[in-house]
Amino acid sequence: MTDLRRLSREIRRDILETSKLADVGHIGSCLSVADLLAAMYGSSLRIPDLESAERDRFIMSKGHAALALYAALHSSGLLSAEELSRYCQDGSAVGGHPEHELAGIEFSTGSLGHGLCLGAGVALAARLSGRSYRTFVLMSDAECNEGSVWEAASFAAHHRLANLVMLVDANGQQAFGYTRDVLDMSPLSERWGSFGWDVTEVDGNDPFAIAAAVASVDTTTGPPHALIAATTFGKGVSFMENQIPWHYLPMSDEQYRQALREVAE
Amino acid sequence: MRRAFVSELIRLAERDPSVVLLTGDLGYSVLEPFADLFPDRFFNMGVAEQNMLGVATGLAASGFTPFAYSIATFASMRGYEFFRNGPILHELPVRLVGVGGGVDYGHNGPTHYALEDIGLMRVQPSLTVIAPADVPQAATAMREIAAIPGPVYLRLGKEAGELAGLDGRFELGRAVTIGHGTDVAIVTYGSVATEALAASELLESAGIHARVVVTACLAPPPVDDLLSALGAVPLTVTVEAHFQNGGLGSLVSEVVAEHALGCRVLRRAITTMPRGSSGDPAYLYERYGLSARRVADAVLAAVAIGN
Repeated sequence: MTDLRRLSREIRRDILETSKLADVGHIGSCLSVADLLAAMYGSSLRIPDLESAERDRFIMSKGHAALALYAALHSSGLLSAEELSRYCQDGSAVGGHPEHELAGIEFSTGSLGHGLCLGAGVALAARLSGRSYRTFVLMSDAECNEGSVWEAASFAAHHRLANLVMLVDANGQQAFGYTRDVLDMSPLSERWGSFGWDVTEVDGNDPFAIAAAVASVDTTTGPPHALIAATTFGKGVSFMENQIPWHYLPMSDEQYRQALREVAE
Repeated sequence: MRRAFVSELIRLAERDPSVVLLTGDLGYSVLEPFADLFPDRFFNMGVAEQNMLGVATGLAASGFTPFAYSIATFASMRGYEFFRNGPILHELPVRLVGVGGGVDYGHNGPTHYALEDIGLMRVQPSLTVIAPADVPQAATAMREIAAIPGPVYLRLGKEAGELAGLDGRFELGRAVTIGHGTDVAIVTYGSVATEALAASELLESAGIHARVVVTACLAPPPVDDLLSALGAVPLTVTVEAHFQNGGLGSLVSEVVAEHALGCRVLRRAITTMPRGSSGDPAYLYERYGLSARRVADAVLAAVAIGN
């Protein structure tokens, strides 16, 4: 297995360097999913090539953490350093939210609550076509505010889409406050379980634990799978962790230097 | 018209194994023939339109050709953003079918009247928008839809029947003109076309010679046919079971303005949110000024002013 810790570090470094170059925010949101993406692209996803009908599908429903996805694609050799460097530049397809025009990106996301419905359709398609690929959807905990998520949850459970795996980046924050203060969705595990999903709780900042959890679920028969990944918003950079402003802020030069030092550890 | 839709869908599904049908828990006594023939390709999605659109998108991205069916208000509005960020943004062949355009749902009241769907859908670039006027036209339109690579919104009436002179003609980007009168052009689509045609007959007996243009294809707009039909008349009246802004009246106004045509445009439509008094479509047409008599009177008044 790839050294997932090293991959997580690379992804974090890319997130910081690229954000600094573009002078944009969403850094904290990206850092919290770095380990989930390391697990996905370093271990769990089986993608023989991007055109393969049997490739696993990964849907970044938490679209505003696009940079984390780009960093993972870069580490996997699916996005060049040059393309990554044009993040949020004028005319670039590598924008603030993923666009399907980019190779390796299945759907243009950014409208929270959309990805699980898309994933349910793709998972259903696999069954109808007799294919064995898995469909992974990465969502945020705040995204679970959206009603469409629960429509998809009901549908996937009713149709026992075992080939659908949903990962929730449960970092306890959303855009304008902490989830417990805005719209408390806890207990998240119980909610997903009550909708008929097979639920696994995992340390969302331990890429090995995530990869192991994914490997342990039965994606051939049974209910769909929810991995409730407990994460820290801004994980890896001490002054960003659990701080709402880092959903938005770009880094000063000093902050950038300190952040790079910390994620290299 | 729903039955014509299902018959054609069955024919299409027989030759194209990628066709699947999703419904938002509607279509009782209508969709069963498809479900019986293709049980593995029929999905009752439940009362969950956003998920229906999202799943349709995922299916379409994976090689399927989904038809997603609901009452026109719910089909067009509840999942509109997912239609826009799904099949439209991704250029996927999802066919969104809204039954009961206009006031076809009569007694069911305003929550079931689709009075903004054509406007909402026409606004989206690269979305095909079709609203057949009768059963034969609906059947022809379904056959044309098969070859469209991108998304489609199809507004179906609940009415059965045939519009005299239409002969089931339908082509993408085209309109059908019935009659040759040069006093006024009456432009229309959907179930209310019968009122528009009847209005032209009332006008004929009053010495006003009309031509009726049936625009079942709202997008891509039938510009050339509209230019031919409207270029020779001083007055154009649009008749639609839709709010006044955004639908056919706006489309015709755009064409007239852009091409500097010399005719005045009178937009007959529903100008207020209906509330508190439902009834069958004929009652509602009369109440909201879309009946043959009300349309004819409006034309006569406009002609008088023009003279």
